[in-house]
Amino acid sequence: MAATATQRTVEAVWRIESPRLIAGLARVVRDVGLAEDLAQDALVVALETWPRSGVPDNPGAWLMATAKHRAIDTLRRGATLDRKREQIARELETAAAPDLDAALDDDIGDDLLRLMFTACHPVLPTEGRIALVLRLLGGLTTGEIARAFLVPETTVARRITRAKRTLAEAGVPFEVPAGDERVERLASVLEVVYLIFNEGYSATAGDDWMRVELCDDALRLGRVLARILPGEGEVHGLVALMEIQQSRARERVGPGGEPVLLADQDRARWDRLLIARGLAALARAAELGPLGPYGLQAAIAACHARAASTEATDWVQIARLYGALAEVAPSPVVELNRAVAISMADGPQAGLAAVDALAGEPALREYHLLPAVRGDMLERLGRGDEARAEFARAAELTRNERERELLLARTRPSGQAP
Amino acid sequence: MPRYMLLMHPAAFPDVGDVPPPEMVAEMLQFNDELVQAGVLLAADGLEQPEKGSRVRFEGGRPRVTDGPFTEAKELIGGYWIIQASSQEEAVQWASRCPAEDGDVIEVRPIQQYPEDLA
Repeated sequence: MAATATQRTVEAVWRIESPRLIAGLARVVRDVGLAEDLAQDALVVALETWPRSGVPDNPGAWLMATAKHRAIDTLRRGATLDRKREQIARELETAAAPDLDAALDDDIGDDLLRLMFTACHPVLPTEGRIALVLRLLGGLTTGEIARAFLVPETTVARRITRAKRTLAEAGVPFEVPAGDERVERLASVLEVVYLIFNEGYSATAGDDWMRVELCDDALRLGRVLARILPGEGEVHGLVALMEIQQSRARERVGPGGEPVLLADQDRARWDRLLIARGLAALARAAELGPLGPYGLQAAIAACHARAASTEATDWVQIARLYGALAEVAPSPVVELNRAVAISMADGPQAGLAAVDALAGEPALREYHLLPAVRGDMLERLGRGDEARAEFARAAELTRNERERELLLARTRPSGQAP
Repeated sequence: MPRYMLLMHPAAFPDVGDVPPPEMVAEMLQFNDELVQAGVLLAADGLEQPEKGSRVRFEGGRPRVTDGPFTEAKELIGGYWIIQASSQEEAVQWASRCPAEDGDVIEVRPIQQYPEDLA
């Protein structure tokens, strides 16, 4: 086999095996950073060996066995200094340790969950959590993470090193916490996955594909979570939200990179497979109890996904769902969205009243969508001059160049060339 | 991230009415679960025996229908998986883990990402 082909195969094996390899090792050596180093060492050995010997039949077990030998060597070298490490090394050599080779064949969901919860520990800054999750659970390289987040590779490497050191220094145990701490940590895990998704979602047509693929990486992580935490409604809610949002991926950006509004998208080109998966995940979330913030957002996205057109959309239901969302996760932006839904359900006059109720909201003072939405309603009411003034204000506030162009176009009387 | 269709061409189909041995079913379910656990599986289905199917062949500008069994046909499809993977190599690695029978063939085909755009 040619060296490059083998290298691509090793990368593929790494992508598949590294999360459970690291998770399994972390359980035994009780240190996520050390586990990742050992797994990396095994990868290096594979890259040296496999081009000559060929890829083994069971590459996962091969990597685990190699990492185990490295673990014993590494731990033994530091043995006189550290009794805990000596004990772990001894356990690794005897039957006292969990059988690492068998661990790969078992349901390793518990270890993956511990790894996920440890990587999202509150002792870490958000950027450190994101980098660790993509690296340890997504199987991405430091270089890939850097390209996706538009930062230098050294920055990502530093974030990961620092995060691993912080976890070790704080003595964060490799476990899924209980009680309130579990609830908080799960919220952190979901937030990290959704932040990764949104980073990809904000990418535009001209961006590097690594950046665009972050949405798929986040979805993959979300689907893993749904498998290992099947009883958590919000996990399914988040997966549903991402599946449905991603179903519109290729329609929401125009050929020139400009955003395409939901109303102008070609619904025939939405991805039916992802919509079906999203609706199924939403149904699972609903079975498990009242919907949380992610589930409610997914339910709103589902209303659009089910509708054949803007006119055929159940705006009454969407307005109701935004009302429920505002109760569990109060936010002026949610209220603004609710006002839009009201205007679609009950007409622009009712919508305008809802928007004007938000006029004094400090959080919306610099938010371009407030005047944009208000302008839209005024336009529909035939109050053209007032509408154009609102679009001009929105154009001033937006930081997105293409959006500014769209808004400026609406400040000109209709039919008039720019 | 690209999608791949894994097409299973089994060496042999069970006779209509026969059920596959439970160990075989259990192994296949475990393989499917592994795909779910890795977050890569989007869809999967097994197909009924070829005897229950039909073929619509286009010849001379019109469709001609033949019903199964298709004695002349080779490499019939017995089932498929749709997975999302980072590369052809990753998709091949997943296919290689399938608890398949001797003589089975799994074809690993990338799915066109934007079929309409190719026109």
